[in-house]
Amino acid sequence: MEELTFAAALTDLASMAPEIWQACRETALMLAVGLVAAIALGGPLGIVLYLSQPGQLFANRWVNGLLGWTVNLVRSFPFIILMVSLVPLTRLIVGSTIGPVAAAVPLSFAAIPYFARLVEQTLREIPRGVVEAAEAMGASPMQIIVKVLLNEARSGLISSLTILTISFLSYSAVAGVVGGGGIGDLAIRYGYYRFQTDVMVAMVLLLVLIVQIIQFAGNRLASRLDKR
Amino acid sequence: MIHLQNIRKRFRRPDGGWFDAVCDTSLSIGAGEVFGLIGFSGAGKSTLLRLINLLERPDGGAVIVAGQDLTALDAKALRRARQQLGMVFQQFNLMANRTVAGNIAFPLEIAGWSAADIASRVAECLEIVGLADRAEHYPAQLSGGQKQRVGIARALAPRPKVILADEPTSALDPKTTQSILDCLKDINQRFGVTVVIVTHEMHVVRSICHRAAVLDAGSVVEVVEVNGAEVDARSALARSLLEAA
Ligand SMILES: Nc1ncnc2c1ncn2[C@@H]1O[C@H](COP(=O)(O)OP(=O)(O)OP(=O)(O)O)[C@@H](O)[C@H]1O
Ligand SMILES: [Mg+2]
Repeated sequence: MEELTFAAALTDLASMAPEIWQACRETALMLAVGLVAAIALGGPLGIVLYLSQPGQLFANRWVNGLLGWTVNLVRSFPFIILMVSLVPLTRLIVGSTIGPVAAAVPLSFAAIPYFARLVEQTLREIPRGVVEAAEAMGASPMQIIVKVLLNEARSGLISSLTILTISFLSYSAVAGVVGGGGIGDLAIRYGYYRFQTDVMVAMVLLLVLIVQIIQFAGNRLASRLDKR
Repeated sequence: MIHLQNIRKRFRRPDGGWFDAVCDTSLSIGAGEVFGLIGFSGAGKSTLLRLINLLERPDGGAVIVAGQDLTALDAKALRRARQQLGMVFQQFNLMANRTVAGNIAFPLEIAGWSAADIASRVAECLEIVGLADRAEHYPAQLSGGQKQRVGIARALAPRPKVILADEPTSALDPKTTQSILDCLKDINQRFGVTVVIVTHEMHVVRSICHRAAVLDAGSVVEVVEVNGAEVDARSALARSLLEAA
Protein backbone atom coordinates (compact mmCIF):
# COMPACT_ATOMS: atom_id res chain seq x y z
CA MET A 1 0.00 0.00 0.00
CA GLU A 2 1.48 3.32 -1.07
CA GLU A 3 1.89 6.07 1.48
CA LEU A 4 -1.20 8.21 1.89
CA THR A 5 -0.71 11.95 1.65
CA PHE A 6 -3.48 14.48 2.07
CA ALA A 7 -2.98 15.73 -1.48
CA ALA A 8 -3.10 12.22 -2.89
CA ALA A 9 -6.27 11.49 -0.98
CA LEU A 10 -7.90 14.63 -2.34
CA THR A 11 -7.13 13.81 -5.96
CA ASP A 12 -8.27 10.27 -5.32
CA LEU A 13 -11.61 11.50 -3.94
CA ALA A 14 -11.95 14.10 -6.67
CA SER A 15 -11.66 11.38 -9.27
CA MET A 16 -14.42 9.50 -7.48
CA ALA A 17 -16.80 12.45 -7.26
CA PRO A 18 -19.38 10.98 -9.65
CA GLU A 19 -19.46 7.74 -7.70
CA ILE A 20 -19.80 9.59 -4.39
CA TRP A 21 -22.61 11.69 -5.79
CA GLN A 22 -24.31 8.53 -7.03
CA ALA A 23 -23.98 6.98 -3.55
CA CYS A 24 -25.54 10.06 -1.95
CA ARG A 25 -28.49 9.84 -4.31
CA GLU A 26 -28.96 6.16 -3.56
CA THR A 27 -28.91 6.81 0.18
CA ALA A 28 -31.36 9.67 -0.22
CA LEU A 29 -33.69 7.45 -2.25
CA MET A 30 -33.64 4.61 0.29
CA LEU A 31 -34.28 7.03 3.13
CA ALA A 32 -37.02 8.89 1.29
CA VAL A 33 -38.98 5.74 0.49
CA GLY A 34 -38.52 4.39 4.01
CA LEU A 35 -39.61 7.65 5.64
CA VAL A 36 -42.62 8.11 3.39
CA ALA A 37 -43.73 4.57 4.22
CA ALA A 38 -43.11 5.21 7.90
CA ILE A 39 -45.19 8.38 7.90
CA ALA A 40 -47.97 7.14 5.62
CA LEU A 41 -48.43 3.72 7.24
CA GLY A 42 -46.54 3.81 10.54
CA GLY A 43 -48.15 7.11 11.55
CA PRO A 44 -51.76 5.88 11.33
CA LEU A 45 -50.71 2.59 12.91
CA GLY A 46 -49.22 4.50 15.85
CA ILE A 47 -52.43 6.52 16.20
CA VAL A 48 -54.52 3.33 16.26
CA LEU A 49 -52.14 1.79 18.80
CA TYR A 50 -52.62 4.85 21.00
CA LEU A 51 -56.38 5.19 20.60
CA SER A 52 -57.01 1.50 21.29
CA GLN A 53 -55.23 1.62 24.64
CA PRO A 54 -57.36 1.17 27.74
CA GLY A 55 -58.91 4.49 28.80
CA GLN A 56 -58.56 6.05 25.35
CA LEU A 57 -61.15 7.02 22.77
CA PHE A 58 -61.40 3.59 21.10
CA ALA A 59 -60.18 1.39 23.91
CA ASN A 60 -60.12 -2.15 22.58
CA ARG A 61 -58.02 -4.79 24.24
CA TRP A 62 -58.03 -7.15 21.27
CA VAL A 63 -57.11 -4.62 18.60
CA ASN A 64 -54.43 -3.12 20.82
CA GLY A 65 -53.03 -6.50 21.79
CA LEU A 66 -52.93 -7.82 18.23
CA LEU A 67 -51.35 -4.69 16.76
CA GLY A 68 -48.87 -4.40 19.61
CA TRP A 69 -47.86 -8.01 19.19
CA THR A 70 -47.37 -7.63 15.42
CA VAL A 71 -45.32 -4.48 15.85
CA ASN A 72 -43.11 -6.21 18.41
CA LEU A 73 -42.72 -9.19 16.13
CA VAL A 74 -41.39 -7.16 13.20
CA ARG A 75 -39.24 -5.06 15.49
CA SER A 76 -37.60 -8.10 17.07
CA PHE A 77 -36.00 -9.21 13.80
CA PRO A 78 -32.38 -8.14 13.40
CA PHE A 79 -32.49 -5.94 10.34
CA ILE A 80 -30.24 -8.07 8.17
CA ILE A 81 -32.37 -11.15 8.82
CA LEU A 82 -35.53 -9.19 8.10
CA MET A 83 -33.98 -8.14 4.84
CA VAL A 84 -33.13 -11.65 3.78
CA SER A 85 -36.55 -12.97 4.83
CA LEU A 86 -38.21 -10.29 2.75
CA VAL A 87 -36.37 -11.16 -0.46
CA PRO A 88 -39.40 -12.89 -2.01
CA LEU A 89 -41.65 -9.94 -1.14
CA THR A 90 -39.09 -7.51 -2.52
CA ARG A 91 -38.85 -9.43 -5.78
CA LEU A 92 -42.64 -9.40 -6.00
CA ILE A 93 -42.96 -5.65 -5.43
CA VAL A 94 -39.88 -4.30 -7.22
CA GLY A 95 -39.08 -7.14 -9.62
CA SER A 96 -35.47 -7.24 -8.46
CA THR A 97 -33.60 -7.63 -5.20
CA ILE A 98 -30.70 -5.30 -5.85
CA GLY A 99 -30.52 -1.54 -6.07
CA PRO A 100 -31.75 1.19 -3.75
CA VAL A 101 -35.41 0.71 -4.65
CA ALA A 102 -35.23 -2.97 -3.71
CA ALA A 103 -33.42 -2.12 -0.49
CA ALA A 104 -36.17 0.38 0.32
CA VAL A 105 -38.67 -2.47 0.75
CA PRO A 106 -37.15 -4.03 3.87
CA LEU A 107 -36.23 -0.56 5.10
CA SER A 108 -39.86 0.51 4.88
CA PHE A 109 -40.94 -2.71 6.49
CA ALA A 110 -38.73 -2.00 9.48
CA ALA A 111 -39.51 1.72 9.55
CA ILE A 112 -43.30 1.30 9.81
CA PRO A 113 -43.49 -0.43 13.22
CA TYR A 114 -40.57 1.61 14.52
CA PHE A 115 -42.30 4.89 13.73
CA ALA A 116 -45.65 3.53 14.95
CA ARG A 117 -44.14 3.00 18.40
CA LEU A 118 -42.53 6.43 18.39
CA VAL A 119 -45.88 8.03 17.48
CA GLU A 120 -47.67 6.06 20.17
CA GLN A 121 -45.14 7.18 22.79
CA THR A 122 -45.37 10.78 21.71
CA LEU A 123 -49.17 10.85 21.79
CA ARG A 124 -49.16 9.43 25.30
CA GLU A 125 -47.63 12.64 26.57
CA ILE A 126 -50.75 14.63 25.74
CA PRO A 127 -52.81 15.12 28.92
CA ARG A 128 -56.00 13.06 28.80
CA GLY A 129 -57.97 16.09 29.94
CA VAL A 130 -57.18 18.01 26.76
CA VAL A 131 -58.66 15.23 24.64
CA GLU A 132 -61.61 15.03 26.99
CA ALA A 133 -62.22 18.76 26.64
CA ALA A 134 -62.44 18.31 22.87
CA GLU A 135 -64.85 15.41 23.34
CA ALA A 136 -66.98 17.55 25.63
CA MET A 137 -67.09 20.26 22.96
CA GLY A 138 -68.53 17.78 20.48
CA ALA A 139 -65.42 17.12 18.38
CA SER A 140 -65.57 14.07 16.10
CA PRO A 141 -62.87 11.39 16.36
CA MET A 142 -61.25 12.68 13.17
CA GLN A 143 -61.23 16.25 14.50
CA ILE A 144 -59.71 15.02 17.74
CA ILE A 145 -56.96 13.17 15.89
CA VAL A 146 -56.07 16.00 13.52
CA LYS A 147 -56.79 19.14 15.51
CA VAL A 148 -55.90 17.93 18.99
CA LEU A 149 -53.62 14.89 19.02
CA LEU A 150 -51.40 15.65 16.05
CA ASN A 151 -51.29 19.37 16.73
CA GLU A 152 -50.49 18.99 20.42
CA ALA A 153 -47.85 16.33 19.70
CA ARG A 154 -46.34 18.04 16.67
CA SER A 155 -43.02 18.91 18.25
CA GLY A 156 -42.60 15.40 19.67
CA LEU A 157 -43.52 13.94 16.30
CA ILE A 158 -40.77 15.93 14.61
CA SER A 159 -38.29 14.68 17.21
CA SER A 160 -39.47 11.13 16.57
CA LEU A 161 -39.01 11.60 12.86
CA THR A 162 -35.49 12.89 13.47
CA ILE A 163 -34.63 9.80 15.50
CA LEU A 164 -36.13 7.57 12.81
CA THR A 165 -34.20 9.28 10.02
CA ILE A 166 -30.90 8.94 11.78
CA SER A 167 -31.46 5.28 12.69
CA PHE A 168 -32.42 4.56 9.12
CA LEU A 169 -29.40 6.27 7.74
CA SER A 170 -27.38 3.55 9.40
CA TYR A 171 -29.88 0.81 8.44
CA SER A 172 -29.54 1.98 4.87
CA ALA A 173 -25.81 1.36 5.06
CA VAL A 174 -26.54 -2.25 5.98
CA ALA A 175 -29.07 -2.49 3.19
CA GLY A 176 -26.46 -1.04 0.89
CA VAL A 177 -24.01 -3.82 1.53
CA VAL A 178 -26.34 -6.45 0.19
CA GLY A 179 -26.94 -4.62 -3.03
CA GLY A 180 -28.67 -1.37 -2.23
CA GLY A 181 -25.76 0.93 -2.87
CA GLY A 182 -25.45 4.21 -1.02
CA ILE A 183 -22.85 5.95 1.09
CA GLY A 184 -22.34 3.12 3.56
CA ASP A 185 -21.87 0.65 0.75
CA LEU A 186 -19.26 2.85 -0.89
CA ALA A 187 -17.37 3.15 2.40
CA ILE A 188 -17.30 -0.60 2.84
CA ARG A 189 -16.49 -1.49 -0.78
CA TYR A 190 -13.55 0.85 -1.09
CA GLY A 191 -12.43 1.29 2.46
CA TYR A 192 -12.94 -2.20 3.83
CA TYR A 193 -12.48 -4.50 0.88
CA ARG A 194 -9.97 -2.50 -1.18
CA PHE A 195 -8.08 -0.87 1.69
CA GLN A 196 -8.68 2.64 0.34
CA THR A 197 -8.73 4.20 3.78
CA ASP A 198 -9.15 7.70 2.40
CA VAL A 199 -12.48 6.79 0.80
CA MET A 200 -13.72 5.13 3.96
CA VAL A 201 -12.73 8.07 6.14
CA ALA A 202 -14.33 10.51 3.72
CA MET A 203 -17.58 8.53 3.62
CA VAL A 204 -17.72 8.21 7.40
CA LEU A 205 -17.11 11.96 7.73
CA LEU A 206 -19.89 12.54 5.23
CA LEU A 207 -22.26 10.40 7.30
CA VAL A 208 -21.23 12.23 10.47
CA LEU A 209 -21.97 15.53 8.76
CA ILE A 210 -25.38 14.34 7.51
CA VAL A 211 -26.36 13.08 10.97
CA GLN A 212 -25.36 16.38 12.56
CA ILE A 213 -27.36 18.34 10.02
CA ILE A 214 -30.46 16.18 10.42
CA GLN A 215 -30.32 16.38 14.21
CA PHE A 216 -29.75 20.12 14.15
CA ALA A 217 -32.61 20.74 11.74
CA GLY A 218 -34.87 18.39 13.71
CA ASN A 219 -34.13 20.11 17.01
CA ARG A 220 -34.65 23.55 15.53
CA LEU A 221 -37.99 22.68 13.99
CA ALA A 222 -39.18 20.80 17.09
CA SER A 223 -38.42 23.67 19.41
CA ARG A 224 -40.02 26.19 17.08
CA LEU A 225 -43.22 24.14 17.04
CA ASP A 226 -43.28 23.62 20.81
CA LYS A 227 -45.39 26.21 22.64
CA ARG A 228 -45.71 24.29 25.90
CA MET B 1 -83.23 23.01 31.47
CA ILE B 2 -81.54 19.90 32.88
CA HIS B 3 -83.47 16.93 34.19
CA LEU B 4 -81.65 13.92 35.53
CA GLN B 5 -84.09 11.07 36.07
CA ASN B 6 -83.12 8.09 38.18
CA ILE B 7 -79.52 8.21 37.04
CA ARG B 8 -77.23 5.37 38.03
CA LYS B 9 -73.54 4.97 37.38
CA ARG B 10 -71.18 2.36 38.69
CA PHE B 11 -67.53 1.65 38.07
CA ARG B 12 -65.57 -1.58 38.06
CA ARG B 13 -63.33 -1.83 41.06
CA PRO B 14 -59.83 -3.26 40.65
CA ASP B 15 -60.91 -6.29 42.70
CA GLY B 16 -63.62 -7.02 40.10
CA GLY B 17 -66.56 -5.80 42.16
CA TRP B 18 -68.72 -2.77 41.42
CA PHE B 19 -68.63 0.64 42.97
CA ASP B 20 -71.75 2.79 42.88
CA ALA B 21 -70.54 6.31 42.10
CA VAL B 22 -74.06 7.67 41.54
CA CYS B 23 -77.07 5.77 42.81
CA ASP B 24 -80.57 6.42 41.54
CA THR B 25 -80.37 10.19 41.52
CA SER B 26 -82.91 12.63 40.17
CA LEU B 27 -82.31 16.34 39.87
CA SER B 28 -83.90 19.25 38.04
CA ILE B 29 -82.00 22.41 37.22
CA GLY B 30 -83.87 25.40 35.88
CA ALA B 31 -82.94 27.61 32.93
CA GLY B 32 -80.76 30.53 33.97
CA GLU B 33 -79.94 28.99 37.32
CA VAL B 34 -76.48 28.76 38.90
CA PHE B 35 -76.60 25.35 40.47
CA GLY B 36 -73.94 23.92 42.78
CA LEU B 37 -72.95 20.31 43.34
CA ILE B 38 -71.23 20.13 46.70
CA GLY B 39 -69.88 17.32 48.85
CA PHE B 40 -66.71 15.81 50.19
CA SER B 41 -64.09 14.16 48.03
CA GLY B 42 -65.34 10.99 46.40
CA ALA B 43 -69.02 11.90 46.86
CA GLY B 44 -69.63 11.58 43.12
CA LYS B 45 -69.80 15.28 42.18
CA SER B 46 -67.60 15.06 39.11
CA THR B 47 -69.26 11.87 37.98
CA LEU B 48 -72.69 13.48 38.25
CA LEU B 49 -71.52 16.52 36.30
CA ARG B 50 -69.96 14.37 33.59
CA LEU B 51 -73.20 12.45 33.30
CA ILE B 52 -74.91 15.67 32.17
CA ASN B 53 -72.92 15.83 28.91
CA LEU B 54 -72.53 12.08 28.76
CA LEU B 55 -68.76 12.07 29.21
CA GLU B 56 -69.89 9.25 31.46
CA ARG B 57 -72.74 7.16 30.11
CA PRO B 58 -75.31 6.31 32.81
CA ASP B 59 -76.07 2.65 33.47
CA GLY B 60 -79.71 3.63 33.88
CA GLY B 61 -81.98 6.65 33.82
CA ALA B 62 -82.45 9.58 31.46
CA VAL B 63 -80.43 12.76 30.96
CA ILE B 64 -82.71 15.42 29.52
CA VAL B 65 -81.13 18.69 28.48
CA ALA B 66 -83.23 21.40 26.81
CA GLY B 67 -86.00 18.89 26.24
CA GLN B 68 -83.77 16.32 24.56
CA ASP B 69 -82.93 12.93 26.05
CA LEU B 70 -79.18 12.73 25.43
CA THR B 71 -79.01 9.02 26.19
CA ALA B 72 -81.24 8.36 23.19
CA LEU B 73 -79.04 10.20 20.68
CA ASP B 74 -76.63 8.57 18.23
CA ALA B 75 -72.98 9.63 18.19
CA LYS B 76 -73.43 12.41 15.66
CA ALA B 77 -76.51 13.93 17.31
CA LEU B 78 -74.76 13.73 20.69
CA ARG B 79 -71.83 15.72 19.30
CA ARG B 80 -74.23 18.40 18.11
CA ALA B 81 -75.95 18.46 21.49
CA ARG B 82 -72.61 18.79 23.25
CA GLN B 83 -71.92 21.96 21.32
CA GLN B 84 -74.73 23.46 23.39
CA LEU B 85 -73.03 22.41 26.63
CA GLY B 86 -69.82 24.24 27.47
CA MET B 87 -67.44 22.70 29.98
CA VAL B 88 -64.83 24.26 32.26
CA PHE B 89 -62.20 22.14 34.02
CA GLN B 90 -60.18 22.40 37.19
CA GLN B 91 -56.95 21.80 35.25
CA PHE B 92 -58.08 24.16 32.43
CA ASN B 93 -57.29 21.57 29.72
CA LEU B 94 -56.26 24.16 27.16
CA MET B 95 -54.36 23.18 24.04
CA ALA B 96 -50.76 24.19 24.62
CA ASN B 97 -49.94 24.60 20.93
CA ARG B 98 -52.83 26.95 20.20
CA THR B 99 -52.90 30.59 21.12
CA VAL B 100 -55.55 31.98 23.44
CA ALA B 101 -57.59 32.99 20.39
CA GLY B 102 -56.98 29.59 18.82
CA ASN B 103 -58.26 27.82 21.91
CA ILE B 104 -61.44 29.88 21.97
CA ALA B 105 -61.89 29.33 18.24
CA PHE B 106 -61.68 25.55 18.61
CA PRO B 107 -65.31 24.78 19.51
CA LEU B 108 -66.44 27.11 16.72
CA GLU B 109 -64.26 25.31 14.17
CA ILE B 110 -65.77 22.07 15.39
CA ALA B 111 -69.25 23.49 14.89
CA GLY B 112 -68.37 24.59 11.36
CA TRP B 113 -68.51 28.38 11.75
CA SER B 114 -67.04 30.56 9.01
CA ALA B 115 -63.64 32.16 9.58
CA ALA B 116 -65.15 35.66 9.77
CA ASP B 117 -67.79 34.62 12.31
CA ILE B 118 -65.14 32.84 14.36
CA ALA B 119 -62.89 35.91 14.41
CA SER B 120 -65.61 38.25 15.60
CA ARG B 121 -66.99 35.82 18.17
CA VAL B 122 -63.50 35.11 19.55
CA ALA B 123 -62.89 38.85 19.93
CA GLU B 124 -66.25 39.21 21.70
CA CYS B 125 -65.49 36.38 24.14
CA LEU B 126 -62.00 37.71 24.86
CA GLU B 127 -63.65 41.01 25.73
CA ILE B 128 -66.16 39.32 28.03
CA VAL B 129 -63.46 37.58 30.08
CA GLY B 130 -61.13 40.59 29.99
CA LEU B 131 -58.29 39.06 27.99
CA ALA B 132 -58.49 41.11 24.80
CA ASP B 133 -54.78 41.95 25.02
CA ARG B 134 -53.73 38.30 25.31
CA ALA B 135 -55.24 36.90 22.11
CA GLU B 136 -51.92 35.85 20.59
CA HIS B 137 -50.35 34.50 23.79
CA TYR B 138 -49.91 30.79 24.37
CA PRO B 139 -51.36 29.15 27.51
CA ALA B 140 -47.84 28.61 28.90
CA GLN B 141 -47.47 32.40 29.05
CA LEU B 142 -50.56 32.89 31.24
CA SER B 143 -51.26 32.74 34.97
CA GLY B 144 -53.68 30.16 36.35
CA GLY B 145 -56.48 32.69 36.62
CA GLN B 146 -55.94 33.85 33.05
CA LYS B 147 -55.92 30.26 31.84
CA GLN B 148 -59.25 29.68 33.50
CA ARG B 149 -60.65 32.80 31.84
CA VAL B 150 -59.62 31.30 28.52
CA GLY B 151 -61.35 28.09 29.59
CA ILE B 152 -64.52 30.04 30.32
CA ALA B 153 -64.33 32.00 27.06
CA ARG B 154 -63.87 28.73 25.17
CA ALA B 155 -66.93 27.23 26.88
CA LEU B 156 -68.95 30.37 26.17
CA ALA B 157 -67.94 30.81 22.53
CA PRO B 158 -70.56 28.62 20.80
CA ARG B 159 -73.32 30.42 22.76
CA PRO B 160 -74.22 27.37 24.86
CA LYS B 161 -77.36 27.09 26.93
CA VAL B 162 -75.43 25.46 29.75
CA ILE B 163 -71.92 25.66 31.17
CA LEU B 164 -70.69 22.77 33.28
CA ALA B 165 -67.79 23.65 35.58
CA ASP B 166 -65.84 21.05 37.56
CA GLU B 167 -64.08 22.78 40.46
CA PRO B 168 -63.06 25.68 38.22
CA THR B 169 -61.36 27.53 41.06
CA SER B 170 -59.72 24.73 43.02
CA ALA B 171 -56.32 25.28 41.40
CA LEU B 172 -56.39 29.01 42.13
CA ASP B 173 -55.63 31.31 45.07
CA PRO B 174 -58.53 32.96 46.96
CA LYS B 175 -58.33 36.31 45.19
CA THR B 176 -58.22 34.78 41.74
CA THR B 177 -61.00 32.40 42.79
CA GLN B 178 -63.27 35.35 43.51
CA SER B 179 -62.56 36.95 40.14
CA ILE B 180 -63.33 33.71 38.30
CA LEU B 181 -66.56 33.29 40.25
CA ASP B 182 -67.51 36.88 39.40
CA CYS B 183 -66.80 36.14 35.77
CA LEU B 184 -69.12 33.11 35.80
CA LYS B 185 -71.79 35.09 37.63
CA ASP B 186 -71.52 37.88 35.11
CA ILE B 187 -71.96 35.45 32.22
CA ASN B 188 -74.96 33.89 33.91
CA GLN B 189 -76.61 37.28 34.44
CA ARG B 190 -75.80 38.83 31.06
CA PHE B 191 -76.49 35.87 28.82
CA GLY B 192 -78.84 33.76 30.93
CA VAL B 193 -76.54 30.75 30.61
CA THR B 194 -77.37 27.99 33.07
CA VAL B 195 -74.29 27.16 35.15
CA VAL B 196 -73.71 23.90 36.98
CA ILE B 197 -70.68 24.16 39.23
CA VAL B 198 -68.97 21.42 41.22
CA THR B 199 -67.20 22.49 44.38
CA HIS B 200 -66.23 21.25 47.79
CA GLU B 201 -66.27 24.75 49.23
CA MET B 202 -69.42 26.21 50.72
CA HIS B 203 -68.13 29.70 50.08
CA VAL B 204 -68.34 29.08 46.32
CA VAL B 205 -71.98 28.09 46.79
CA ARG B 206 -72.61 31.20 48.87
CA SER B 207 -71.02 33.53 46.42
CA ILE B 208 -72.67 32.48 43.16
CA CYS B 209 -75.20 29.65 43.47
CA HIS B 210 -78.97 30.01 43.58
CA ARG B 211 -79.33 26.43 44.73
CA ALA B 212 -77.02 23.53 45.41
CA ALA B 213 -77.31 19.78 45.76
CA VAL B 214 -75.41 18.28 48.69
CA LEU B 215 -73.98 14.92 47.67
CA ASP B 216 -72.79 12.02 49.74
CA ALA B 217 -71.79 8.54 48.60
CA GLY B 218 -73.42 8.98 45.19
CA SER B 219 -76.75 10.31 46.43
CA VAL B 220 -78.30 13.75 46.79
CA VAL B 221 -78.75 14.30 50.51
CA GLU B 222 -80.45 17.67 50.21
CA VAL B 223 -81.00 20.51 47.78
CA VAL B 224 -80.29 23.77 49.59
CA GLU B 225 -81.55 27.24 48.70
CA VAL B 226 -79.16 30.16 48.83
CA ASN B 227 -80.68 33.51 49.83
CA GLY B 228 -78.14 36.25 49.55
CA ALA B 229 -75.23 34.68 51.34
CA GLU B 230 -77.52 32.67 53.62
CA VAL B 231 -77.61 28.94 53.00
CA ASP B 232 -80.77 27.33 54.27
CA ALA B 233 -79.50 23.86 55.20
CA ARG B 234 -81.19 21.09 57.19
CA SER B 235 -79.06 18.00 56.77
CA ALA B 236 -76.15 17.36 59.11
CA LEU B 237 -73.84 16.98 56.14
CA ALA B 238 -74.76 20.37 54.69
CA ARG B 239 -74.24 21.92 58.12
CA SER B 240 -70.81 20.36 58.48
CA LEU B 241 -69.86 21.69 55.03
CA LEU B 242 -71.10 25.10 56.17
CA GLU B 243 -68.93 24.95 59.23
CA ALA B 244 -65.90 23.81 57.28
CA ALA B 245 -66.17 26.92 55.13
N1 LIG C 1 -63.44 6.11 35.78
C1 LIG C 1 -63.58 5.63 37.02
N2 LIG C 1 -63.31 4.36 37.31
C2 LIG C 1 -63.45 3.86 38.56
N3 LIG C 1 -63.89 4.58 39.62
C3 LIG C 1 -64.18 5.88 39.39
C4 LIG C 1 -64.05 6.47 38.09
N4 LIG C 1 -64.42 7.77 38.18
C5 LIG C 1 -64.75 7.98 39.46
N5 LIG C 1 -64.64 6.84 40.20
C6 LIG C 1 -64.93 6.69 41.62
O1 LIG C 1 -66.21 7.22 41.87
C7 LIG C 1 -66.24 7.95 43.09
C8 LIG C 1 -66.75 9.34 42.84
O2 LIG C 1 -65.79 10.04 42.04
P1 LIG C 1 -65.96 11.54 41.68
O3 LIG C 1 -64.77 11.91 40.87
O4 LIG C 1 -67.28 11.76 41.07
O5 LIG C 1 -65.89 12.25 43.09
P2 LIG C 1 -65.85 13.77 43.45
O6 LIG C 1 -67.01 14.01 44.35
O7 LIG C 1 -65.75 14.59 42.23
O8 LIG C 1 -64.53 13.87 44.30
P3 LIG C 1 -63.38 15.00 44.28
O9 LIG C 1 -63.85 16.10 45.16
O10 LIG C 1 -62.22 14.27 44.89
O11 LIG C 1 -63.14 15.39 42.87
C9 LIG C 1 -64.83 7.93 43.64
O12 LIG C 1 -64.76 6.98 44.68
C10 LIG C 1 -63.98 7.50 42.48
O13 LIG C 1 -62.90 6.72 42.91
MG1 LIG D 1 -64.18 15.73 41.29
